[in-house]
Amino acid sequence: MGKPEHFPSETAKPAISKAELVRRLSSVLPEASLLHEEEDLRPFECDGLTAYRKIPLVVALPENERQVQAVLEVCHRGRVPVVFRGAGTGLSGGALPYEHGVLLGLSKLKNILDIDPLARIARVQPGVRNAAISEAASVHGLYYAPDPSSQIACSIGGNVAENSGGVHCLKYGLTVHNIMKVRFITIDGELLEIGGEGFDAPGYDLLALVTGSEGLLGVVTEITVKLLPSPVKAQVVLAAFDDIGKAADAVANIIGAGIVPAGLEMMDKKATGAVEQFIGAGYPLDAEATLLCESDGTEEEVADEISRMTDVLNTAGATEVRISRNEAERLKLWAGRKSAFPAVGRIQPDYFCLDGTIPRKQLSNVLKRIEEMETTFNLQCANVFHAGDGNLHPLVMFDASDDDQLHRAEKYGAAILELCVEVGGTITGEHGVGIEKINQMCVQFQTRELNTFHAIKFVFDEHGLLNPGKAVPTLQRCAEFGAMHVHVGEEKFPDLPRF
Amino acid sequence: MSDVIQQFQETIRSAATRRAPLRIRGSGSKDFYGLHLDGDILDTRAYSGIVEYEATELVFTARAGTPLREVQEALAENGQTLPFEPPHFGPDATFGGCIAAGFSGPRRAYQGSARDFVLGVRMLNSSGEDLRFGGQVMKNVAGYDVSRLMAGSFGTLGLVLEISVKVLPGPEVEQTLQFGMDESAAIEAMNRWAGQPLPLSATCYVDKSLYVRLSGAASAVSAAQKKLGGDAIEGDAFWYSVREQTHPFFADAKSLWRLSLKSTSAPLALGPTLSEWNGSLRWITGAGELERMYASAVSANGHATLFRSGDDVAAIQQLDIGMLTLNKKLKQALDPEGIFGPRRLHALF
Repeated sequence: MGKPEHFPSETAKPAISKAELVRRLSSVLPEASLLHEEEDLRPFECDGLTAYRKIPLVVALPENERQVQAVLEVCHRGRVPVVFRGAGTGLSGGALPYEHGVLLGLSKLKNILDIDPLARIARVQPGVRNAAISEAASVHGLYYAPDPSSQIACSIGGNVAENSGGVHCLKYGLTVHNIMKVRFITIDGELLEIGGEGFDAPGYDLLALVTGSEGLLGVVTEITVKLLPSPVKAQVVLAAFDDIGKAADAVANIIGAGIVPAGLEMMDKKATGAVEQFIGAGYPLDAEATLLCESDGTEEEVADEISRMTDVLNTAGATEVRISRNEAERLKLWAGRKSAFPAVGRIQPDYFCLDGTIPRKQLSNVLKRIEEMETTFNLQCANVFHAGDGNLHPLVMFDASDDDQLHRAEKYGAAILELCVEVGGTITGEHGVGIEKINQMCVQFQTRELNTFHAIKFVFDEHGLLNPGKAVPTLQRCAEFGAMHVHVGEEKFPDLPRF
Repeated sequence: MSDVIQQFQETIRSAATRRAPLRIRGSGSKDFYGLHLDGDILDTRAYSGIVEYEATELVFTARAGTPLREVQEALAENGQTLPFEPPHFGPDATFGGCIAAGFSGPRRAYQGSARDFVLGVRMLNSSGEDLRFGGQVMKNVAGYDVSRLMAGSFGTLGLVLEISVKVLPGPEVEQTLQFGMDESAAIEAMNRWAGQPLPLSATCYVDKSLYVRLSGAASAVSAAQKKLGGDAIEGDAFWYSVREQTHPFFADAKSLWRLSLKSTSAPLALGPTLSEWNGSLRWITGAGELERMYASAVSANGHATLFRSGDDVAAIQQLDIGMLTLNKKLKQALDPEGIFGPRRLHALF
């Protein structure tokens, strides 16, 4: 470190021709698992971040672990870049294909291999949908806790690559807290078992390192996840506030009262307005901020906690407090929150969903400054917020058919992320850096930290073949970005706690 | 405090130039652990104090040399705790040592490990550069998770200066229950109950008794107590003795083995055993033969560590060749001069 001998490249090119690559891959894959005609490749051109599209050289869809290994061996030998793809629901472009490389999709590895109800673990393949794990475990009274909002479609392999969170992660943790072990294949085709069926494994904590590494270090072909007992009961409280600041204080007071809610979500007036038009969840339209605060556990725990939450919310000046009276009401209140993104999509043809995390105490300040920027960029922004853990999702609305609007939206998004860093937060809480926030990584990290990341990358992938140009920027990119950009540098904010 | 950091940087740079090993150390409460303790001591206690703590944010940041008890006292003033219930293994254990060792206590199976609660670190690398990874927020996926990698690395990847952790409110009430039963029945009971919505916060089987701790809202704890039965035990002394290894089980142990296994593994019959964490952590005393311990652990889907040894230092489970290579390369990448605690964790790195 400090001596970056190994610069990663954003422009890696294969050492072999496409024809040769196809020939070699066809010797290790069944015919239906190898796509190389333009019309077959087109459906893979983007993931959930649809603003960016690229056509890969070929798409490989192996059917088993051995084939994954064989594809990687071929790519390693031919120095062919590889991008991994799960269900393709990611929001940061992590699975955006690389035009000079293979897109390796894990969708055919979709079996739940084993559920051990007594040990409370499940072994699953990476293409298994997140929600399918809980569905399969439910007969044992168990479930898999992390629940990203895309959980009906997103795959567990992608969750591991992104360290996905969800509405309940303040209480139940992220993906990294809920997996025990992975089978992991590096670019040279070596298969490793990382983690274990006990709570720890010998050596360095490589499970933490590979979780959330966005396909830059290798690929998982099997995941052992923890299962938790399903709570007996869940109940949600809706609270309306006539002022964002009061709602933010209410959140702090709930935590201060020693309560860790199962879910704690905030929406601003623009977001609730959009949701009400879309599905009519029954949210108060005149509220500046609406909170959803969930309790789960045993009957006794929930009764206790709901009553304490209600007290705190009333004391904090809620203009309305409403408790779900049954499961249907609870689900309806959550349905609104979970449809916030598509609801906003109905108001404006396009939106960027941002993902900064901030210290919660900065919420009023940050929301005020986001609102001020609406004038600067002449665009609207709605806000939904995982209030419990400080993860903010501003939705910048625009019309992509208007080039100028797209350009302004990109600038608006970048300004919001840099604001998150400025107040001591981060550019991404759960969506990952991918291609979307690659430049903002230069704001969040200094050269010396990026060098550490590059040194780690080199350990796993010395030729820089995995997901080139994503997640960790090259120093060259940051130098160019810095030259045209005002940096949130050390000189500017010397006292800022920035890690 | 910047002068202290400067001194650390000079020490590290000088050691790197000479390729002379450094032994990063707080109070030395975990000196018993590891293969080799080589090098000049770099005492972290010069860098002490709480950096930032706002209870309503559930985030706590302190310098590595801060005494662990000071950390826990500050949290207790706000009714909060380090949820992984770390063992101290000495009166002056430091916060930095607690995270560098990565040991977790009885609550681990229910709340998570030391590593799980790490949010960010500030550290010096082998060039003495001041680096920050992770953050002071709950969710952060920017860059590789270097901060959690530091947990359990025993100061072999760099000098951790400051650590931010997630903290949680402590439970309203706790109640310990005792049940007489044999080991197989206890393993089954611990796992069965862990699969039910009960407010469990610790389990331990020793001396033909299963101990179960319930933590949470008073109403939930008393409902669970009614459901489970057993004899009520007063106070927290039992869990303290398990966590700090002052329980008589540990008293005359020449060697103490730590086996981390699949929780439902059948009793191992390798020697006197104390089980925690629903049976996934088994402490075994007696001078078990190394290869036999390793093999037994592997056949129970886990690994074994000679945690304490009468002689001098403990031995840590061998890694398979693939993982050994990766661990070694990672150590070399982050500490190219090999100055940070060489061969403490493994004979080959």
